[in-house]
Amino acid sequence: MIDRRIFLKSSGMALVAGGLLPNVFVRMAGAATTGGKKVVVAIFQRGAVDGLNVVVPYGEAAYYAARPSIAIPRADVQDLDGFFGVHPALASLVPYFKEKSAAFVHAVGSPDATRSHFDAQDFMESGTPGVKTTEDGFLSRAIATKPAASPLRAVALGQAQPRILAGKANAVTIANINQFGVRGDAAVTSAFESMYGGFEAAKILKAANPAKLQPENGAVYPAAPLGNSLKQIAQLIKANVGLEVAFTDVGGWDTHAGEGGAQGQLANNLRNFGEAIAAFAKDLGSRMSDIVVVTMSEFGRTVRENGNRGTDHGHANVMMLLGGGIRGGKVHGKWPGLANLYENRDLAVTTDFRDVFAEVLVGQLGVTSLKAVFPGYTAKPVGIAPS
Amino acid sequence: MKRPFALLTCILLLAASPAHMTERQRALHALNRLGFGPRPGDVERVMRIGVDRWIDRQLHPEGIADAAVDERLKSYATLRMSNRDIVQKFYAPIAEVRREAKGDEAMLKELREKIPYDQRPQRVVEELVSQRIVRAADSDRQLNEVMVDFWMNHFNVFLGKGLDRFLLTSYERDVVRPRVWGKFEDLLMATAKSPAMLFYLDNARSMNGKLNENYAREIMELHTLGVDGGYTQKDVTELARVLTGWSIAMPRQGGGFVFRPRMHDSGAKTVLGVRFPAGGGIEEGERMIHILAHHPATAHHIALQLCQRLVSDDPPKALVDRVAKTFLATDGDLRKTVKAVIDSPEFWDLRVYRAKVKAPFEYVVSAIRAVDGHVDDARPVARALQQIGEPLYGAQPPTGYSDKSEAWENSGALMNRLNFALALAGNTLPGVRSDVAALVPEPSVDNLAVALTGGKLTEATRKTITDPQPRAIAGLILGSPEFQRQ
Repeated sequence: MIDRRIFLKSSGMALVAGGLLPNVFVRMAGAATTGGKKVVVAIFQRGAVDGLNVVVPYGEAAYYAARPSIAIPRADVQDLDGFFGVHPALASLVPYFKEKSAAFVHAVGSPDATRSHFDAQDFMESGTPGVKTTEDGFLSRAIATKPAASPLRAVALGQAQPRILAGKANAVTIANINQFGVRGDAAVTSAFESMYGGFEAAKILKAANPAKLQPENGAVYPAAPLGNSLKQIAQLIKANVGLEVAFTDVGGWDTHAGEGGAQGQLANNLRNFGEAIAAFAKDLGSRMSDIVVVTMSEFGRTVRENGNRGTDHGHANVMMLLGGGIRGGKVHGKWPGLANLYENRDLAVTTDFRDVFAEVLVGQLGVTSLKAVFPGYTAKPVGIAPS
Repeated sequence: MKRPFALLTCILLLAASPAHMTERQRALHALNRLGFGPRPGDVERVMRIGVDRWIDRQLHPEGIADAAVDERLKSYATLRMSNRDIVQKFYAPIAEVRREAKGDEAMLKELREKIPYDQRPQRVVEELVSQRIVRAADSDRQLNEVMVDFWMNHFNVFLGKGLDRFLLTSYERDVVRPRVWGKFEDLLMATAKSPAMLFYLDNARSMNGKLNENYAREIMELHTLGVDGGYTQKDVTELARVLTGWSIAMPRQGGGFVFRPRMHDSGAKTVLGVRFPAGGGIEEGERMIHILAHHPATAHHIALQLCQRLVSDDPPKALVDRVAKTFLATDGDLRKTVKAVIDSPEFWDLRVYRAKVKAPFEYVVSAIRAVDGHVDDARPVARALQQIGEPLYGAQPPTGYSDKSEAWENSGALMNRLNFALALAGNTLPGVRSDVAALVPEPSVDNLAVALTGGKLTEATRKTITDPQPRAIAGLILGSPEFQRQ
């Protein structure tokens, strides 16, 4: 649950620190800061989350016609703006939207038509849809445009290095910040250091000991993989190890069968997802004014439910943004409607996912050369994170 | 840490002046690529037999006695159970508990803990995972285990998807293992009709008017043609229609494959230009599987993946084309296709010798073999694999795990490899016994390097090892860039 005191306290500060963005995190003037360090946290929902059941176009009758058994009933939708509403399992995030600290972009996605999980994730992470020869990831390219700072400036929480951080940023992949290091004596450790060219990141981590930094403001992370990852990202931010980009992913969204509506499979996953992100925001409190969380997923799912009360691979999806550097309280993007579907089955893409990231990377991280980040692409304004 | 393994490639490439591998190098290369690395004495043994003769035997595993492993696996009772028996014994109690708890999480937890270990799903999983580790570490049918690993990954089924944890034992034993040396079409057909795959990719639930196109897409993208194999979204939907009715008889009771005519879409369809008039049945799907199994794009896709596994991350195009040709010319004969890879000059090229980074499973098992480790309990090994990033049967997406090393090369996974190496060599990894000091009469750095890697260390690595303790030396060698490669 949201800590009411923070919001009450912060509301009085609106005129002082609000500036152009009436965003609760920006208005917060708590003691805890990131030391001015801006951070982007990207979360990949692998498996293609059903965006139409995440941010529901409940104002459009065609939505209900297409989904007789899995639509979210009007009564259960948590209204956002009179047309869209979120899935009830995401109730924990609604207050952030109302306080203009969270926003969504609907009908967003990749222009490439592939419905292969693997290809679509690859394109979204390389940042070059349709081009398979790109070797690095766009978040790595973005961070590499800036002067090298901390060895921990780019961190992936998880077992495998994600494609999105492959490349010159020399991102560090960590499954568990408590176990990142060699468990041997000094001679053994130094021998391995010589073999592999130094464990700077491990040394910094050990000295900072971020694991001792427990959640603040009464935040409780769900005991699930995403909650664990976000808790650790928060610890890294608080420990001031120089983090600028963090990435993590969460699976379980490939709901071909038995997706459920207001309750069920997707609802359970979304509850975990929303509560993990809400806990992250609560934990970091006023530090959130320097942080933006962005969510992404490789493609959306079919508008019509399939024969197994699930959905198959589709096209456009929804992204969520939360934090201080964004224009919150709005569902951004041009809504294409459900009357004219892409290939007669899927929500059409009206906003390229690169447009969203371009604004976040420029506004948040001060990236100056978008050409290096998204080669051959000219980003169009979305108005979500104006620089 | 930059690309941790890059430096070594340069060194090995520079050292590669002679044009051909020596007989010793050939023996080590064969043991590394066609098996999970040598145990002490294996290189000499293979040289004594003759490398080519050893390979020929490996290509015919049915002629290799494996009594010790069979004996070892006797205590794993679930390995001999049918789907029906496993589901009844291990799924029924948990299903019963769920019914009783009626959604009360606390009560569910309490009731679940009351189920005796002997009847918990965990037991099925542990025995399944353990047998793979024990077989890879101890079986003399090394190439067979490599191919089982390859095909289980190609036709990946994720343990964590619902009932699949109860179906994987039979899937591996009855569907994949008996067919890794047969015709590709047989393997493809058997997976298509396996309850494990039908459940994993949802085809069991796809029916006329209520299509589910999950399996229809993946059989083309992943199992046969490849993502650039030339099919369209329309082909996916039409193939899904063809495959309606391919289902499982009573899945919650461990039933087998069944074709349900009433679930089948009997309308006219066209897939990849092949027309099916209205009124067809199961033969439509069988015909499409036959066509997919013999498609040139499939031959290329399988050839590429085999070459990636056995030769290098980016195999020469000429090699892939030749192997694909063999695949097509032999009606998808998997023994002959694998032999085409092994018989190629590219396989024996010095540039690939000790050049390919080991996948997590290869790394862990090869380290156990190198120290002549004895696995009493494979569960800690399975946990180590999880930490290194690729738990057995744990790939959630249908792609399985990548056969390219870039997917495993990262600092966190490397740390976990190093920690595994230290624990194994230090004899502190629970469940695995080793005594590195006894491997060679005089356990110096040079002697242990030869014993563990089959060759010398680079000077750069050699000079980092100053600790005189055999366990520390061995741990460092097992963690070294040289041992990360095969």
